Amino acid sequence: MSKPLELPTMDMENKEVLRRIEVGGDMLLNMGPQHPSTHGVINFLVQTDGEVMKRAIPEVGYLHRSIEKIGERCTYNGFMPYTDRVDYIAAMFANQGWAIAVEKLLGLSVPKRAEYCRVIACELNRISSHLISVGTMAMDVGAVTPFPYALREREFINDLLEELCGARLTYNYLRIGGVAFDLPSGYADKVSTFLDHFEKILDEFNRLITYNEIFIKRLGHLAPIPAQMAIDYCLVGPNLRASGVNFDVRKQLPYSVYPEFQFDVPLGKGEVGTPGDSWDRFWCRVEEMRQSCRILRQALAQIPNDTQIMAKVPRKIKAPEGQEAYSRIESARGDMQYYVVAGPGENAHRVKIRTGSFTAMGIIDSLSRGLMIADLVALIASLDVVAPEIDR
Amino acid sequence: MQGFLDQLIRNAGHDPATWPWTQFVYLAAMGAVAFLVINFAAITAGIFSWAERRVAARMQSRVGPNRVGPGGFLQWIADAVKLLLKEDLVPDEADKVLFRAAPYFMMVGFACVFVTLPFSHRLIVADMNLGIFYILAVTALIVVGIIMSGWSSNSKWSLFGAIRSAAQIISYEIPAGMALMIPVLLAGTMSTQGIIRAQGGFPWQWYLFDNPAATAAFFIYFISALAEGNRTPFDLPEAESELVSGYNTEYSGMRFSYFFLVEWGNMWIMSALAVTMFCGGWQLPACPRSASMPSPAGRRCLPKSPRWRSSPARRFSSSSW
Amino acid sequence: MTFEEIQQRLAAKFGERIGALAPANKDASLVVPPGDVVEICRFLKDDPDLAFDCLMNLSSVDWPKKNQIEVVYHLWSYAKQHAFILKAQLDRAKPEIASLEPVWKAADWLEREQYDLMGIQFQGHPDLRRIMMPDDWVGHPLRKDYAEQTQWHNITTTRENSLEGYVRLDELKKKAAEAAAAKKEVLQ
Repeated sequence: MSKPLELPTMDMENKEVLRRIEVGGDMLLNMGPQHPSTHGVINFLVQTDGEVMKRAIPEVGYLHRSIEKIGERCTYNGFMPYTDRVDYIAAMFANQGWAIAVEKLLGLSVPKRAEYCRVIACELNRISSHLISVGTMAMDVGAVTPFPYALREREFINDLLEELCGARLTYNYLRIGGVAFDLPSGYADKVSTFLDHFEKILDEFNRLITYNEIFIKRLGHLAPIPAQMAIDYCLVGPNLRASGVNFDVRKQLPYSVYPEFQFDVPLGKGEVGTPGDSWDRFWCRVEEMRQSCRILRQALAQIPNDTQIMAKVPRKIKAPEGQEAYSRIESARGDMQYYVVAGPGENAHRVKIRTGSFTAMGIIDSLSRGLMIADLVALIASLDVVAPEIDR
Repeated sequence: MQGFLDQLIRNAGHDPATWPWTQFVYLAAMGAVAFLVINFAAITAGIFSWAERRVAARMQSRVGPNRVGPGGFLQWIADAVKLLLKEDLVPDEADKVLFRAAPYFMMVGFACVFVTLPFSHRLIVADMNLGIFYILAVTALIVVGIIMSGWSSNSKWSLFGAIRSAAQIISYEIPAGMALMIPVLLAGTMSTQGIIRAQGGFPWQWYLFDNPAATAAFFIYFISALAEGNRTPFDLPEAESELVSGYNTEYSGMRFSYFFLVEWGNMWIMSALAVTMFCGGWQLPACPRSASMPSPAGRRCLPKSPRWRSSPARRFSSSSW
Repeated sequence: MTFEEIQQRLAAKFGERIGALAPANKDASLVVPPGDVVEICRFLKDDPDLAFDCLMNLSSVDWPKKNQIEVVYHLWSYAKQHAFILKAQLDRAKPEIASLEPVWKAADWLEREQYDLMGIQFQGHPDLRRIMMPDDWVGHPLRKDYAEQTQWHNITTTRENSLEGYVRLDELKKKAAEAAAAKKEVLQ
């Protein structure tokens, strides 16, 4: 029987000590930081006896770019491109969180058409982010082919968003008080064509992957997270809803123009395994894509016909020192929260971005006891962690 | 082949038993044949890699290699040249001798199989009485090579891949061997040429369709061959999503290409074995099997050798089950 | 429940340790003494009417002028769908506070991050070590008076200024005009 891995305490800050501990026959492996299937640069210290792990300790910080410190140096509008890089796969949401926080700080209200533009851009981004998530999850489980299928659909969205704001990945589309560009002419038709095509692809994807017997065997009953544990560890987004907690910021704490749309929130029910297992988290994301299509259709139909896309914003945005604002949005990866404290000049005094992936990493250690290494890969994929969100 | 060489020596006017250069001629011939066989194996492996890359790419709605040569056909030559020109890395803490030797173990294990694979009624390097037995024995060298490469890389991930791969190959050698025993029993001989001659040229004369036991054995052998070759769905040893590349992670350059050569070539060998045992081997329908001249068209090809007539296999032929 | 009601519940339970709600600075918040944070949070979590089952966010703000580091806790209740904000003000020279990890597991990583970036010692945390920065980093980057070390394992943290040697054209013209004006003065 081997002793459990001894983690360094506050005294032993040197990781060399950790590496020198090789306990009674168990291997101490480094999975990462460069690895095909940790989603970004994340390292896992895996204590294993071969295939079954005793523990997997995540180590993050390889992508730390001190974005929060940069927020103390940038103007409010100038910080917008940095928020893109907080989560470059779902960049519109990061933009929106920052925009809403600063608008709350300044007491601005955004014009209706701008809100609709934001919703359209964000829901398109949600679909593309979920496509990457489910594609890479299938690839991590071993099925290499669905990944290019998902990317092929994402290319259509990339083209649409490029037409809208000029960029394919880090959009910098939202501004404090509105959006940067209006929808181009003919955009509604292009998006509708894409949605018609995409909903059929979703059915095909379900037939090919989601209800595939091998996929179900691989992911069903894998690392089920009970609802109370999910809340305690502060999981958000599809991870939380897969465990059965009915909470979506767009429904419970509506912001922007989401109250005007009708859509469902998929909850995990343990359809092919335990409620809250990895298959549920996968299925939630697939169903959320379908709901995003619904929202998009309604948004395109209901968008007002005026042309105002920016509120009246002073040229130099300043807020009284010490005022703080907190914004919550439903990003593709869950409840992304911005905490802004205004500084004396044009910058913020403190920016804190709390992302869903950061707290999801905290749960991996306790879930990984007794899993196999292949299961660890599937677990990380099912939690949809992306390194830029964790490290900022 | 020795008889053929002796004939050549006699035609040249010397007596093979007493001519001092006989062994030299044998050696030279063996070298030439080995060169031909290895080249054939390598080129086949390359062409297979091209085929797989193109087909897999189309399945994944991509194109695959299409720049080098028509339809990307010369991509494998370009890759081979590139790998030849790469830096010859040996990791600092790796076991130097084993690290360098491992690919060669695999190549030997893989190339020796060609000795008893018949390409025609005379094109076989050595028609041993123990053909199949020899093949099963020699393919075990590949496992040795895999474990050597995983261990000597001094990397835990390579070791993982090597152990997984070795466990898988060894496990599936049992059903493969048992499945291969069924044609042996049907033919009454372990010699590959003998098993081929016990079948016929037409599909209904193949063991695959001739005998339900052989049909079952074919599918068992097929699945075991996939596992032995680390092919999907048994490709966990190369699971890129976990192990980067399994046992050949630390290899680069030509040594890396040896592993791939052995993998693709192994695929070819497994298929060749399946054809030999279950699908009549090199025989074509309506072609005589031992004549040096083609027979008139229309004459039905029945196995004529007395060995077949008297073998117990006749009892299991299509008319009696 | 609104912020006021929650503050009244807390005041009823903990007496004079609970002050008044800070005025709505866009969001109201409650400052609590650092020593009582664990007790208050446990009450907030366990009380059936409050039921704050989720620690949404834990951030720290550095106020060098007030000589304080403020730890801000954002709480959320999934059961009751209400939020609350707690603040604890720590001495900037020696920022120590009890860890909330026994109350909410999410505090584990959130507190590690604030220890790493701001230098707050969370007492009672099971595994307080750096999370973003390398283990042997010196200093806490998010502090206002943080000066970056010049090299880490012989990798320098500064780059030469790529604009060195270049002068802006308008500054060049301005300098030329000033030099000409000075020359004219001297000649005159």
